[in-house]
Amino acid sequence: MLVDAAAETLTAGSIIYFSTKSGNTHRFVQKLGLTAQRLPLGRDEPMLQATTPYILITPTYGGGEAKGAVPAQVIRFLNDEHNRRLIRGVIAAGNTNFGDAYGLAGRVISEKCRVPLLYRFELFGTDDDVAKVRKGVEEFWKRQI
Amino acid sequence: MTTTQRLSRVNAINWNRLQDDKDLEVWNRLTSNFWLPEKVPLSNDIQSWNTLTQQEKQLTIRVFTGLTLLDTIQSSVGAPVLMEDARTPHEEAVYTNIAFMESVHARSYSSIFSTLCATRDVDDAFRWSEENPTLQAKSELILERYRSDDPLMRKVASVFLESFLFYSGFYLPMYWSSHAKLTNTADLIRLIIRDEAVHGYYIGYKFQQALAEATPERQQEVKDYAYELLLELYDNEVRYTESLYDEVGLSEDVKKFLHYNANKALMNLGYEPLFPSSVTDVDPTIMAALSPSANENHDFFSGSGSSYVIGKAIATEDDDWAF
Repeated sequence: MLVDAAAETLTAGSIIYFSTKSGNTHRFVQKLGLTAQRLPLGRDEPMLQATTPYILITPTYGGGEAKGAVPAQVIRFLNDEHNRRLIRGVIAAGNTNFGDAYGLAGRVISEKCRVPLLYRFELFGTDDDVAKVRKGVEEFWKRQI
Repeated sequence: MTTTQRLSRVNAINWNRLQDDKDLEVWNRLTSNFWLPEKVPLSNDIQSWNTLTQQEKQLTIRVFTGLTLLDTIQSSVGAPVLMEDARTPHEEAVYTNIAFMESVHARSYSSIFSTLCATRDVDDAFRWSEENPTLQAKSELILERYRSDDPLMRKVASVFLESFLFYSGFYLPMYWSSHAKLTNTADLIRLIIRDEAVHGYYIGYKFQQALAEATPERQQEVKDYAYELLLELYDNEVRYTESLYDEVGLSEDVKKFLHYNANKALMNLGYEPLFPSSVTDVDPTIMAALSPSANENHDFFSGSGSSYVIGKAIATEDDDWAF
């Protein structure tokens, strides 16, 4: 049984992500082609429950302050202690035009949840970003075992 | 709903009944980003300005004059035509904000001029802007689309202006800043750069929404037109860049910055980036001037993610983070 659980972590150590209607983060995740679950967009929809360790991918909101950088739906998801316990890393989308606040949501989550900020990308990411993250995520889960 | 469906009458705008949440999200973001040039202590740059050579001063004034022209176009023509195509009253209201902020941007360059520059040099630069063929060509390429009756191509042109055409100009203050020159001016330009990111994102989002409703044939046609326009603008930008930056030896790096931003402009429209990473590798000092943390290695995957430090205090929305 223990072996099975480890194997499951290896293959199903998954991606959980949030993407607004503009769909940039969704598109990035689609290009990754890895097992992924999307957090609900609507605030009234039932919140997702993580079942395996996961990497969180989120866009950054706002105009440069830490307050409001993390989308409310992501905060709601992480306020559930069960979900917070299973997060292993965070990847943030953003735009260098926001200066210091580029990918700020990733830094906030990294510091709040004590997990590494693994990567940042802009808009829906370039092919280079996709290749780096795909390879990086695979190796990351191997190291976690 | 067709892609040309516009608002047919004026109704009192109700912000508590939204057709598209994105309108309110962007309105809030833009209004919370509001600023005026008076907020930036430009006069602290006078000493630094005086260390520039006459040639460097002329380049800087010309670059800012070129940027002023783009802001003027966007404020007086671009945002108003987008307003005509708006499909929700809230979208229309967002464009009124964009129009006004573009006027603030244009106004800011004049503040820089009156603080730092000799009146005669500025007058010369405005004359230069009216006669410079590549600057006039880019203005004409955009205005032509704005004058057309094609809401999709108007948005394409607008995103290219917001997310691509400004960057041959934005490069220079980032360059000066990376050499510890005109740092207050650079702070002001960063505020403009932040605004343009939201404008490009929002107009691109509205473009993608409208495009999704078009027939596959029409989608393909618009995509072809968009790439065609980008390449036309790009060829012109290369000439504009060389005419300005060759004499200071920066043209090649400015071109990388153009490639990097052209990719982002395409992405704002939902299109795949065009330029490979081998030609978007902008000088790291310029990237650092743009986004101070851009070069910090947050690429944990590369194995050099040493900058990962836990426990550093950062302000968060504690109410929402009731852990």
